[in-house]
Amino acid sequence: MSITADQHALHAHGHHKKSFAARWLMSTNHKDIGTLYIIMAFIGGCFGGVLSMIMRQQLMYPHNDIITSGNTWNAIITAHGLIMIFWFVMPALIGGMGNWFVPMMIGAPDMAFPRLNNMSFWFLVAGFVFVMLGLFLGTGTGAGWTLYPPLDNAQYSPGVATDFSLFSLHLAGISSLLGAINFIATILNMRAPGMTMHKMPLFCWAILVTAFLLLLAIPVLAGAVTMLIMDRNFGTSFFEPSGGGDPVLFQHLFWFFGHPEVYIMILPAFGIISHVVSTFSRKPIFGYLGMAYAMVIIGFVGFVVWAHHMFVSAISTDSRVYFEVATLIIAVPTGIKVFSWIATMWGGSIEFKTPMLWALGFIFLFVIGGATGVVLANAGLDQELHNDYFLIAHFHYVLSMGAAFAIFAGFYFWIGKMSGHQYPEFWGKLHFWTFFIGVNLTFFPQHFLGLAGMPRRYPDYADAFAGWNFVSSVGSMVSGVSTLIFFYVLYAVFTSKQKLADNYWGEGATTLEWAVPSPAPHHTFEDVPIIR
Amino acid sequence: MKLRVKSALTLAMLAAASGLWCHAGLAQSAAPDPTAAANHYVDAPFNWQLWFPAAGSPMQAKIDWLMKYVLWIMAGVVGFVTILMGYVMVRYRAGRNPKPSQTTHNTLIEIVWIVVPCLILVAIIVPSIKLIYFEADDSNPYMTVTVTAHQWYWEYKYDSVPGLDYTSYMIPDNEIKPGEIRRLSVDHPLVLPVGKKVRFVITSADVLHGFYLPSLGVQKYAIPGTQLTSWTEIDKPGTYYGQCNQICGLNHDAMPIEIKAVPLADYIAWTKQALTNYAQTAPAAAPAIPRTLLADAAR
Repeated sequence: MSITADQHALHAHGHHKKSFAARWLMSTNHKDIGTLYIIMAFIGGCFGGVLSMIMRQQLMYPHNDIITSGNTWNAIITAHGLIMIFWFVMPALIGGMGNWFVPMMIGAPDMAFPRLNNMSFWFLVAGFVFVMLGLFLGTGTGAGWTLYPPLDNAQYSPGVATDFSLFSLHLAGISSLLGAINFIATILNMRAPGMTMHKMPLFCWAILVTAFLLLLAIPVLAGAVTMLIMDRNFGTSFFEPSGGGDPVLFQHLFWFFGHPEVYIMILPAFGIISHVVSTFSRKPIFGYLGMAYAMVIIGFVGFVVWAHHMFVSAISTDSRVYFEVATLIIAVPTGIKVFSWIATMWGGSIEFKTPMLWALGFIFLFVIGGATGVVLANAGLDQELHNDYFLIAHFHYVLSMGAAFAIFAGFYFWIGKMSGHQYPEFWGKLHFWTFFIGVNLTFFPQHFLGLAGMPRRYPDYADAFAGWNFVSSVGSMVSGVSTLIFFYVLYAVFTSKQKLADNYWGEGATTLEWAVPSPAPHHTFEDVPIIR
Repeated sequence: MKLRVKSALTLAMLAAASGLWCHAGLAQSAAPDPTAAANHYVDAPFNWQLWFPAAGSPMQAKIDWLMKYVLWIMAGVVGFVTILMGYVMVRYRAGRNPKPSQTTHNTLIEIVWIVVPCLILVAIIVPSIKLIYFEADDSNPYMTVTVTAHQWYWEYKYDSVPGLDYTSYMIPDNEIKPGEIRRLSVDHPLVLPVGKKVRFVITSADVLHGFYLPSLGVQKYAIPGTQLTSWTEIDKPGTYYGQCNQICGLNHDAMPIEIKAVPLADYIAWTKQALTNYAQTAPAAAPAIPRTLLADAAR
């Protein structure tokens, strides 16, 4: 028995070359799976981005005719939302960077369940095929990413497209759920000797909290989606008033998942930003314990605020008061994060490399998105602002500028470790500045549109909204050009011949991934690292 | 003989009827439009607008006030963070501060940045909760309108005027006349008295819709099988606009709301006229499909 184990160990250290299919289709290596997730996120981000460009082109002028049918428009907005959340932000932050760096940072040889890891990824790919079918089949899925019934029941959304979109959520959900179980098992059991929970890097804390949110939220989504599928296909009436059901029940179930989902997307971003800020300030993170437990608190409170998405739906006045107060409380731990990042920089020796620019951009724009979040949390104000462009501006400030900025910060921070080649500094900075201008130009004017009363999900609008919509569309084109610059950065990275040192960021980078070569070898650690 | 009398009588009746009909027609065109008072003031969105619409009701005035209050506080927070970041980026850049400090704790400042945000939140929550209860207080209305949303038009039923129940469609883009606003004007506006508390009972006949009146501060989902209430009290005569604000299918953007607010006497005159005028546009007779197709084709 022990001989077999030794032979196996020898075999594993043999570094024999695997076939393409064995390495990439049947992968069990956390770095290879992480790479696959990042490729998925790249494809998802491109698709979702193209959809948003089409939407902004349509909205550039009132009475525009790029999209001639309301059904097509609704299918596009639905697919944009679903793809950006489930096939761009989540695979990039959790599946991609989480897989790559969580085992490395805690000194583990791999994830706890490597085959489960592979399965998580391929479920996600299958889900992507389904969501695309949901977009292209028939008139597409047109209920918005929130999928509120009765609009997506069999009567108002006949055809198989909506079923494909619903099943795509099942597939993405099981993918996330299995991934979450894997992360929890890995982080709780496989830390290197000496790596106590309170020494664990903040990115690992972020992924741990995220994994618990997924574990608790995804089953609720799965239940809601299953009930919708039953209503559509098997004659049940969970959400059918005529059969004793209630559409409001779906809203509760959806947002019980949907609000933690918001933190699922932003907590890993918090983790990345902490590492980048600390590295480029050449200072340890300020208030480490406060930072870690702020994320735990955000995760916990994130579960008890869901009905702030339903302030103008059927909830009682007293619940409106409760959900407003609970929501506002989240501002406190979020404030701890922001002030701790600034305190980390305070007294530091700051280098403005590309990842740091993205991190600073993240903090600044996330604070703006957080400020409008505090505005929207007021149930009394939400009665005016609910579902209008002020809301669209708010959540794109925390997602399109928050999560996406953190993804790019992580990309520029770790691409050397992942690929072995450094990005071109000039083009990275140009990418940052063009994207910064583009997204602000796109989303800041949308605050004004919302205040003026323009509702979301409109393919055509009153002529009075023309001015700011035009500015917003021009902004989206700037972001589009910026993305082309990013493609060039990718090209430059993968054609580069430059070799990188283990720790190419110098003394500020202190976590374990900087102790291994760049690119990180197939087996990260030849010996178990010991943390003092 | 009998026949002649009968035909004469019929003729006379026909004449009388046609005369009456003509008279009614004349009266209709000659009588002043009871909603004319609403045309002098139009509270519609305008290009490059930066703020809420002019408040048309006490509710919107309160929302406007709280919005300014909260937004100024949050602008202060954003400004403070921006100043801190700007200072840090200039003062502690590598060129100016080559040796980083290694400070990672300061208990006092960590307590301050928990306590101060809590105090700010209390300052926001107190007036905010007052507004929630104000918005919810739909007691003792002067009248109630039951608003039923349909794909893709609104139906208004005046509970205090038996029989007054009509539908309101967007004017299709290709039928817009001067003075009307594309995508906001409707064929039969909702007519309400000014200075009177009007309760809305909002529901839907099919999918979810959103009854959204930005200039009056009203918004509620229209949910099938559920009745939600809201209310308004319009300050002055005028035309106010709203739109459907919950995705409801392919013509989601083609079911606006137009309100004509008129003095009470005009409103009463209008109800009498409307009872006869709208008798034929009762919901049952509404040509739902042709109009919606038109609206979609007009795009």
